Amino acid sequence: MSTKQSTKRNAKVSSKKSARKSTKKSTRVSTRKTKAAAAPKSARAPKRTAAKAATKAMPVASASEFMAHAYAMEAEAAERYAEFADSMEMHNNHEVAELFRKLSRIEQRHADQILEQMGWKQSPVSSADYRWEGTEGPETADPTELHYLMQPYHALQIALHNEKRARDFFAHLAKVATNGGVRKGALEMREEEAEHVRLIEEWLKRTPVPGSNWETDQDPPVLSD
Amino acid sequence: MNSTVAAAPITAQAFKSDYKPIWCPGCGDYSVLSSFTKAFAKLDLRPESVAVVSGIGCSSRIPAYTNCYGFHGVHGRSLAAASGLKLARPDLTVVVASGDGDGYSIGGNHFLHACRRNVDLTYVVMDNHVYGMTKGQPSPTTEPDWDSKLSPGGTGLRTFNPLVIALAAGANFVARAFSGDPNGTADIIADAIRTPGFSFVEILSPCVTFRPEQREWKQLVRPGPVTTTDDAARAARRIMTDDGFNIGVLYKGQRKPYQPPVGKGKKRPSDLEAEFAI
Ligand SMILES: Cc1ncc(C[n+]2csc(CCOP(=O)(O)OP(=O)(O)O)c2C)c(N)n1
Ligand code: SF4
Ligand SMILES: [Mg+2]
Repeated sequence: MSTKQSTKRNAKVSSKKSARKSTKKSTRVSTRKTKAAAAPKSARAPKRTAAKAATKAMPVASASEFMAHAYAMEAEAAERYAEFADSMEMHNNHEVAELFRKLSRIEQRHADQILEQMGWKQSPVSSADYRWEGTEGPETADPTELHYLMQPYHALQIALHNEKRARDFFAHLAKVATNGGVRKGALEMREEEAEHVRLIEEWLKRTPVPGSNWETDQDPPVLSD
Repeated sequence: MNSTVAAAPITAQAFKSDYKPIWCPGCGDYSVLSSFTKAFAKLDLRPESVAVVSGIGCSSRIPAYTNCYGFHGVHGRSLAAASGLKLARPDLTVVVASGDGDGYSIGGNHFLHACRRNVDLTYVVMDNHVYGMTKGQPSPTTEPDWDSKLSPGGTGLRTFNPLVIALAAGANFVARAFSGDPNGTADIIADAIRTPGFSFVEILSPCVTFRPEQREWKQLVRPGPVTTTDDAARAARRIMTDDGFNIGVLYKGQRKPYQPPVGKGKKRPSDLEAEFAI
């Protein structure tokens, strides 16, 4: 790998990039347990290679399986936002920490609603056994998109990107579903995610756009000229 | 899928401690921590049956963030501590966390001999091709042309190939994973723990602060196009000709793990104490 791009602190946050570099949507899911011996196959490939890696993934077969996946998606997203909030808190970026905490609560509420709706005490499938077409669920934020100096605008861009992915995921699932219950559930979820997209777009309109030097650190971690 | 559930399985969360990581936001090590805990849950282990041992570095902070037994040891010496622990307490699942500096520079010699010895350990190295904790010095896996303030013009040195070295030295399980794929990485770690003997898992884990360009790794990694082999020479040829971004279990051997002699010769702690008495 060439390292010519290296050293300079070019850690542009995500949010700028994330809209452009949208992760290929995951359209199929599988709860297949990966056998230890087949680990090279089990390693999930992100983005461009995702389609190939998922050739064995099965479309969701029943309404309850669909809801279990929807639950896993929301729970995974909630967990990731909570991790982001902790990380931001640790780096004294309290404003963004609070925003991620709020996003985490919203996702967790959705996850809890699914459990309630299905009358489950907990998800019938352990989260470690989920396999998405990409490396993670279609609503899970990418950790490399964070920056310690990021602003609420960036965090909301990340959230918007994820809500759009989730909406597109359910739209596709509704299109390919062979089971009526799955189609109905997917259409409902698509509408919900579309509503979230609208809400975040509104939220973004009320949020100040960061200046061009938002990532300037007077005491940078890297030696510079 | 049934809507009724029997006994609640242990969750990954049950392996996390109350300490919040202090890694930089975006560091790959967050996801590796998540893979550790997912792997433990997958194997239905219990925190009190696992020990996480480490050396020094950002990556080596992992033991504090789990609520398993933990030992945050001396730089480059995690394998020495872990081998002693496993031999004294074979009932524990011992997982060792390290970095490319900790494991391949100062701890390089221990790495070779741990592979040779084949004690039943799982050795996880979070490789970010840099010394993160000490602010960005090149490590043995840093590219020779990586130009930085601390290595003007690059080191010009050939990179260390940890997977080939592990194979040549006798590791019984050799794999490469990527932090951006926490579930896939959890599978590989679980597989490594399940496989008897010395298991080596190299995880590409970006340092977003000192190597921001590593954010692009997620575009470069892919599942290795080959299946696991038990032929070390074949595995070595494969790894020597790949570009460093093939992910998966490369090699699984059949070597019997090292077992300390048991029985008559076994000393009790009081015997050892007597030997050291002044
Ligand atoms: C005996 C000794 N020598 C040097 C150091 C300084 N030191 C601390 S961490 C580190 C390198 C860590 O690099 P790596 O293992 O790659 O971990 P990372 O921080 O990148 O995860 C060094 C040289 C030390 N703590 N102890
Ligand atoms: S310096 Fe690098 S390796 Fe260390 S916590 Fe920060 S991003 Fe991670
Ligand atoms: Mg390192």
